[in-house]
Amino acid sequence: MCEIREFELAASHHYKEGDLPGFIHLSLGQEACAAGACAALTDADYVASNHRGHGHCLAKGASPRLMMAELFAKKEGYGKGRGGSMHIADVSKGVLGANGIVGQSMGLGIGAALSLQVRRKSDCVVAFFGEGASSTGIAHEAMNMAAIWKLPVIFFCESNRYAELSPYSAHVSLETIAPRAASYGFPGVTINGEDVFEVYEAVHRAAERARNGLGSTLIEAKASRWHGHYEGDPQVYKTKEERDNPSTFDPVALFENRLAEAVGLNAEELKRIRDHAKATISEAVQWASSLSEPSPEAIYEDVYES
Amino acid sequence: MARTKYYQALTRAMREEMRRDENVMLMGIDVGGSGGIFAQTRGLYKEFGPSRVRDTPISENGFVSAAVGAAMTGLRPIVEIGFEDFLTCCVEPLVNQAAKLRYMLGGQVSVPLFLYTFGGGGVNAGPQHSQNLAAWFAHIPGLKVVTPSTPADVLGLVKSGIRDNNPVLCLLSKKLIGTSGDVVSEGEQFLLPIGTAEVKRVGRDVTIVANGQMVLQALEAAAILAGEGIEAEILDPRSISPLDVDAIVNSVRRTGRLLVVHEGYGAFGIGAEILAVVAERAHSALKVAPARLTGPFAPSPFTPSLEKRYIPDAAAIVEVASKLVAR
Repeated sequence: MCEIREFELAASHHYKEGDLPGFIHLSLGQEACAAGACAALTDADYVASNHRGHGHCLAKGASPRLMMAELFAKKEGYGKGRGGSMHIADVSKGVLGANGIVGQSMGLGIGAALSLQVRRKSDCVVAFFGEGASSTGIAHEAMNMAAIWKLPVIFFCESNRYAELSPYSAHVSLETIAPRAASYGFPGVTINGEDVFEVYEAVHRAAERARNGLGSTLIEAKASRWHGHYEGDPQVYKTKEERDNPSTFDPVALFENRLAEAVGLNAEELKRIRDHAKATISEAVQWASSLSEPSPEAIYEDVYES
Repeated sequence: MARTKYYQALTRAMREEMRRDENVMLMGIDVGGSGGIFAQTRGLYKEFGPSRVRDTPISENGFVSAAVGAAMTGLRPIVEIGFEDFLTCCVEPLVNQAAKLRYMLGGQVSVPLFLYTFGGGGVNAGPQHSQNLAAWFAHIPGLKVVTPSTPADVLGLVKSGIRDNNPVLCLLSKKLIGTSGDVVSEGEQFLLPIGTAEVKRVGRDVTIVANGQMVLQALEAAAILAGEGIEAEILDPRSISPLDVDAIVNSVRRTGRLLVVHEGYGAFGIGAEILAVVAERAHSALKVAPARLTGPFAPSPFTPSLEKRYIPDAAAIVEVASKLVAR
């Protein structure tokens, strides 16, 4: 969680400095969703992510160095510097990629689950999406197919209060989307997405169900998006108070308090964890920014596989 | 050799590839127990079972996206989209996912997805069931597009397409479903390279590039033209992307005259691309301005008498080709 927090803060800083080209979408405030969900998975399980995917990749084991290299558009990056923030993937760790098209994580996710089922594997898939994507046609299509075929897939909705530049209420008519699961005949739960333990437990249960051939689960994790839709978003749709105090709810702080209670970690030990994360990310930034650009020939690489 | 029908060559290709590789599966609307709307999947469900031959709900966006996800993770999905017009319902996973994922992910994944569909006119199916959209998808880097015109080409291109590690769209002609032709006997292997044109008839006076069901019309036209002393060369590109530009240019260098015939709209179409390439590569070889014969820039009418006029036929090809040679 600390690594995700530090990665996102560093990305935000270097974007403001003009070091990172293109668009980036940060998951500050949603660290517990990625960390809790992926903690319940193995390397053989897959995740399909969306445009706000840095946390999912890191939590599933992707290297901060190679991710940062991709953000800096360097050839050593996961996408050889050609995909950028919205297409970071580490397939060797089961990360099928962040994705720039809202809703497609669910289609690709059930596809990976279909592959596991046809190949008779007992692994599972988490498809991450937001409440904005819950309105896409493919959300219904994917959940319906997952139900018909009893696919080992977990639909994990990070309900972060805003979809792009509009509030939840502009996208969803009910307080929660979890009850939709009933219309497909699989369980739907709403959880506190700022509590990493609650996220872990919900995904663990859903993964057990999926691995045992019992099919899908819809998990809606309520969380808060601290920053705008993209870095640079003036966030005129938020109140001034909310803009100025994004971290009213802090899943990392909540986690630290719980850790102190549960296993007695003291302030110094917690600081050491944070410092370690900070150093890891800082080193990744330093390394990534020192790399070279892809060569012009890279434009034509990997268009087709020969 | 064996005599087989166009649609049976498709079934045979899928059966052979599913027997050869257990990671090949078939999914689409009504591909299972029903055997398909044109009987094109008959027998596959019985032989390979419901896991590998999977009926999908009517959710083209969703199940094509799922096929892409499956292709990224170890399967070789074959997807059926009943009518070519319905590709509009799954443009997203084809254009933004299948075509680009390998590139965006820095070569980490292959997307061995094979999609076939039935397109084109001639059966009074109306504006939403008669289109040819090859040019749309040939415009997208990362996709391959083939348009077989004979049972042998169906067999060879479908088998190659299923084995290809790239997404391949196979746009079949509805009108050709019941046509027959010779293919190698059962048990014999037959693959055709994707991206290689075939000269279906040799001629010295004019190059007629035609694809899909237009190949049959062009061959019929060539027989009539031969009666008038004009020898037309009929070149079937078979693959629209990649396009066998060398074969086209070489033929035009021999004949000095070019007519491109295809179904679908002319503007920004297959013929536009071929004419542009020939202008760039072999302008000096052209004795007269090249010509295109395509569908009009209007939806395909249901009206039988209008649809007959709408689709280029042998008589129209004879007329245009004769004028080219006379000039």
